[in-house]
Amino acid sequence: MSTTRRELLSQISKLLIVTPAAAAYLDRLSGAETGPASKYLMADHYWAMAIDIEKCIGCGNCVRGCAAENGVPRGYFRTWVERYEVGAWPESEHPEVDSPDGGFEGFPEKSRPGAKSFFVPKLCNHCAHSPCVQVCPVGATFETPDGLVLVDQTYCLGCRYCVQACPYGCRYILPDKQVVDKCTLCYHRISKGLTTACCEVCPTGARKLADLKDPKDPIHEFLRTNSVQVLKPHMATGAKVYYKSLDQSVR
Amino acid sequence: MKESGHLIRLAILFAAGLAVFLLIRQALVPPGFGKYGHFRAGALDDVRAHPIRFAGRAACEMCHEDKLKELKSGKHAGVGCEACHGAQAVHADDPMKSKPVLPDTTSLCPRCHAANSAKPKWFPQVVVRDHAGTEPCKSCHQPHNPKIG
Repeated sequence: MSTTRRELLSQISKLLIVTPAAAAYLDRLSGAETGPASKYLMADHYWAMAIDIEKCIGCGNCVRGCAAENGVPRGYFRTWVERYEVGAWPESEHPEVDSPDGGFEGFPEKSRPGAKSFFVPKLCNHCAHSPCVQVCPVGATFETPDGLVLVDQTYCLGCRYCVQACPYGCRYILPDKQVVDKCTLCYHRISKGLTTACCEVCPTGARKLADLKDPKDPIHEFLRTNSVQVLKPHMATGAKVYYKSLDQSVR
Repeated sequence: MKESGHLIRLAILFAAGLAVFLLIRQALVPPGFGKYGHFRAGALDDVRAHPIRFAGRAACEMCHEDKLKELKSGKHAGVGCEACHGAQAVHADDPMKSKPVLPDTTSLCPRCHAANSAKPKWFPQVVVRDHAGTEPCKSCHQPHNPKIG
């Protein structure tokens, strides 16, 4: 079987026509396309957060900053701080955890002799394989191409499945709208080149917003040079809040 | 011919059903659904449209160079401006519109520096009552460069 030059050229020209169309389609799928108003490209980012337990002083700045930035109603938290008190063995099996008002006003001194105590800031882990997304019956919560777990509040039924499914307790129902709400990792800020509100106001730099797709981001050094753990790794949620110096008692 | 009539009627019914399904689907599925995944693409813009309250340290530094110099020379170099001064995006947009209120150091500094056994040992902390009584912190320490003297 032989191909004439004419046939070959016509095949190649057909391919040339199809290639950009296919590329545009793939770009669309991967989120490389963007709205006309924004210079932000979803395909260039993959967001995460690094938290250094040894730097957290439990001041509650992140909790207040988050509430102010996002209009979180009092008594509800997108981020909060827990205090762990781990006693000597055998009490160490049952660490005492408290979080008065989510740490909004800091922590009153409470000392147990012989106990090890420290603060653990918590927020949505923006899991790569989120249990909360999997249970949503209407597709109102989803993972974005840039690694966030967000909620479409115009779609949410308020059925609370996701509130129960989240192993980290990061979701709540807005008392007025009766739809679910959660940390957006300050998407409105990070998509404009700012850091999150909690990182902006953290006085010791215990929290650092991280972009895993940015090769210059200090997160890579952080992950390479430290012992880093995520919360509940056995649940295989693909959590992306990386804790340095996390004690094994933390759940 | 008579037999094929049944088939044609069935085909018309099926086509009509399909058309109704497609029409309903068109009406119910919002535009942009499925663009990036099983969600409405416009939801991303909804989240991004939230107003900014904290202007960010870079915005403060554009005008307050003097304070930045003071801050950079001391222990508080890494502390963001709005960590103490609060959310100032309105002030950053139009400095005339809103003036930041000077924080009261008596209540502000202890948020971080009040002694607490759960705080890391490296962090400077004092029992405020023993250390200063009711005296405001700034009568001895400059908040932007907190060393004594």
